[in-house]
Amino acid sequence: MLADAARGFLDEAAPVGKLRAMRDAGQTHDPDLWQQMARMGWAGVLVPEEAGGADMGHAAANVLAGEMGRSLSVSPFLSTAVIAATALRQVADERAKTALASIAGGTRTYALAVDEGAKHDPEASQLRAERVGNGFRLTGGKRFVIDGGFADRLLVLARTDAGLTLFDIPADRAGIARSAQRMIDGRDAAQIAFHGVEATGDDVLGQVDGAMSVLVPALRAGQAALAAEMAGLAAGAFGITVEYLKERKQFGAPIGSFQALQHRAAHLWCECEVTASAILHAGRVLDESPGDAGLAVSLAKARATQTAQLAVQEGVQMHGGNGMTDAFDMGFYMKRARVGAEWLGDYGYHAGVVARLRGF
Amino acid sequence: MQDKDELAQFRADIRAWLDQNCPQEMRDGAVGEDSICWGGKNWNFTSEAQKTWLDRCAAAGYTVPTWPQEYGGAGLNRDQEKIFHEEMGRINARRPLQSFGIWMLGPALLHFGTHEQKLHYLPPIARGEIRWCQGYSEPGAGSDLASLQTKCEDRGDHWLVNGQKIWTSYADKADWIFALVRTDREAPKHRGISFVLIDMEAEGVSTRPIRLISGASPFCETFFDDVKVPKSYGAGIPAQVGEVNRGWDVAKYLLTHEREMISGSAMLAGGARSLGAILAEGGNLDDPILRADAMRAEVDDLAFGLTLERYKDQSEAGQGTGDASAMLKYMGTELNKTRQELIMAGAGSDALDWADGRAPQWLRSKANSIEGGTSEVMLSILSRRVLGLPG
Ligand SMILES: Cc1cc2nc3c(=O)[nH]c(=O)nc-3n(C[C@H](O)[C@H](O)[C@H](O)COP(=O)(O)OP(=O)(O)OC[C@H]3O[C@@H](n4cnc5c(N)ncnc54)[C@H](O)[C@@H]3O)c2cc1C
Repeated sequence: MLADAARGFLDEAAPVGKLRAMRDAGQTHDPDLWQQMARMGWAGVLVPEEAGGADMGHAAANVLAGEMGRSLSVSPFLSTAVIAATALRQVADERAKTALASIAGGTRTYALAVDEGAKHDPEASQLRAERVGNGFRLTGGKRFVIDGGFADRLLVLARTDAGLTLFDIPADRAGIARSAQRMIDGRDAAQIAFHGVEATGDDVLGQVDGAMSVLVPALRAGQAALAAEMAGLAAGAFGITVEYLKERKQFGAPIGSFQALQHRAAHLWCECEVTASAILHAGRVLDESPGDAGLAVSLAKARATQTAQLAVQEGVQMHGGNGMTDAFDMGFYMKRARVGAEWLGDYGYHAGVVARLRGF
Repeated sequence: MQDKDELAQFRADIRAWLDQNCPQEMRDGAVGEDSICWGGKNWNFTSEAQKTWLDRCAAAGYTVPTWPQEYGGAGLNRDQEKIFHEEMGRINARRPLQSFGIWMLGPALLHFGTHEQKLHYLPPIARGEIRWCQGYSEPGAGSDLASLQTKCEDRGDHWLVNGQKIWTSYADKADWIFALVRTDREAPKHRGISFVLIDMEAEGVSTRPIRLISGASPFCETFFDDVKVPKSYGAGIPAQVGEVNRGWDVAKYLLTHEREMISGSAMLAGGARSLGAILAEGGNLDDPILRADAMRAEVDDLAFGLTLERYKDQSEAGQGTGDASAMLKYMGTELNKTRQELIMAGAGSDALDWADGRAPQWLRSKANSIEGGTSEVMLSILSRRVLGLPG
């Protein structure tokens, strides 16, 4: 039901054509669309009711993310409604409650600034938060900050004296320099330099030197929703491809009557189904026992990464020359799948987590 | 759907029942061929415990937990069935009985049989008294099963059956066979097939074992030479299941159950055990390529296990998963073959002696993607029936 309602809305308001138009206009964020999503309760999907949210849980958030993947909708949903909201929920103070309320209201967007190298590796963060009097001074750089070009606030992971600390600071604070990246998938991402940015103890989310108790749940929620988005993307690419197999004729017959293609399409469907199970499972575990969700989430992200990559490759190949044209949508799916594959941990990263938790 | 309290009570009851009734020797979690109890008139129990375990389960309906009580089951719904299997797993209990009657004929009878047929055949299956085999494939009819030619002629009060089946698993050990035969040679090929039940002791039925690459000889050629099959085995108990000439519908429905069973048992053979743990035992997990392949397999196996559960959750207890069974079979068997390849690679030369036991399992796994319909046939079914592709 939620999926149907979401699909109905997204097909109207944020289909692939919209992404294309935004790309052509050099636009990476549509505040009006985000307002509409907020009014439907999507921005507050993980925000508690007392802070004005819909509090629908991770399984529901994953359903929404899946539909956004299917239509390649562009919005700050993952960064703001899933990752930042989950991080803020780990902290029980008034400031966090206010922040959650503004997320639910659609008046505040967030970006997660964690990675510094070409691969996801939070533990390797070198950005330094030096103690200065009662506060801190942040120096260093972050890259691949999705939605970092327009977000109102940043969650920044920094190295402090005895560990890592997560800061929640306005993106326009003095000393922050953002440079937008031109991403292959047309979405927003930025490289961000921190030149001695001042922060106070109030800007710390959770405990000093204790970022992981806030960050890990947020990352897991984000990884699961991203996996759902990629599974939706795979399903979208697959649906377009199967339609084409029925329409396109060669040798006097629909190409979908050729067994070589039928079997590959059927195999892809099987892969999509198996991945869908992993996504549903991750949502369930995140809602029921979030502390144990590591295996389920990494399983989902690993499977979704692999399935999405297969779906877009088969999608292009089975469309022949059409698949290679910019006029045709499949390329958008392929590029989003590549970006999704890297964000918040690639296949090897998550397969590694699975292996570790399974006693390798 | 029952509420949480009722299910918790059910779990407690099952736990107490298992505690009292499952013999210690049956709690070793064994799943290998040697440990299976197949039942049947000629069954030799491997131990007193195996017999006790079967009898106690049969009396409680637990050999076929989802079948209705009047046919020998316990009438469990899906939630209860899951709990039952979880509790069995918790104490590593062996399955009390496995058989083609349970996996294949039973579900087909429950769906297509008359009330009298169900009363007549199902309880002996549930008690492990009658062992069934499957007479589908013929030398000329494998993937193209509907082209089968075994002749079944109407001779007034009886049918006269002539022809040959092949790859009939355990035909030499079974008491009865459910066979696909041609009752109308003029009709289009799917419309002239009947699903008949034949006593393997009937005159003119003979079998000849065929040896498998894994060393065992579990399957046979089965011959029918002028076999007289009574039209009826009693009031309301015709020789055929479903209508004469409509056996294809029964055959296909049965296959969905067979496929689901194969997909599940393929994973069971590998076990719920982590591939990494298995390979680490052999000490060969340091090879980076083996390790990477094993990690991929582990990811896929776990996700497939969730898929099997999801599809069973979606279907009513005992009703089967329909067309999706082709997906479960294809994925489950292909993944199991990969798993077995990795286990062999990890074991190196240790596994090359027959006495080691791993090679037969590895070789046997190759049949998973052939028996019950090949992987290619599964993909063709999916592309036509699920994806709606032409031709
Ligand atoms: C261990 C084992 C136990 C068995 N037990 C039983 C049993 O108890 N009872 C019973 O009746 N049968 C049994 N079988 C038989 C089994 O169902 C058949 O072997 C199977 O259906 C394949 O038929 P075939 O062997 O004639 O192969 P073929 O149909 O000749 O196939 C050969 C190859 O061609 C491919 N192929 C065929 N048609 C197509 C097509 N249209 N498109 C693409 N590829 C195609 C197949 O996928 C396969 O790779 C058993 C088989 C095995 C291995």
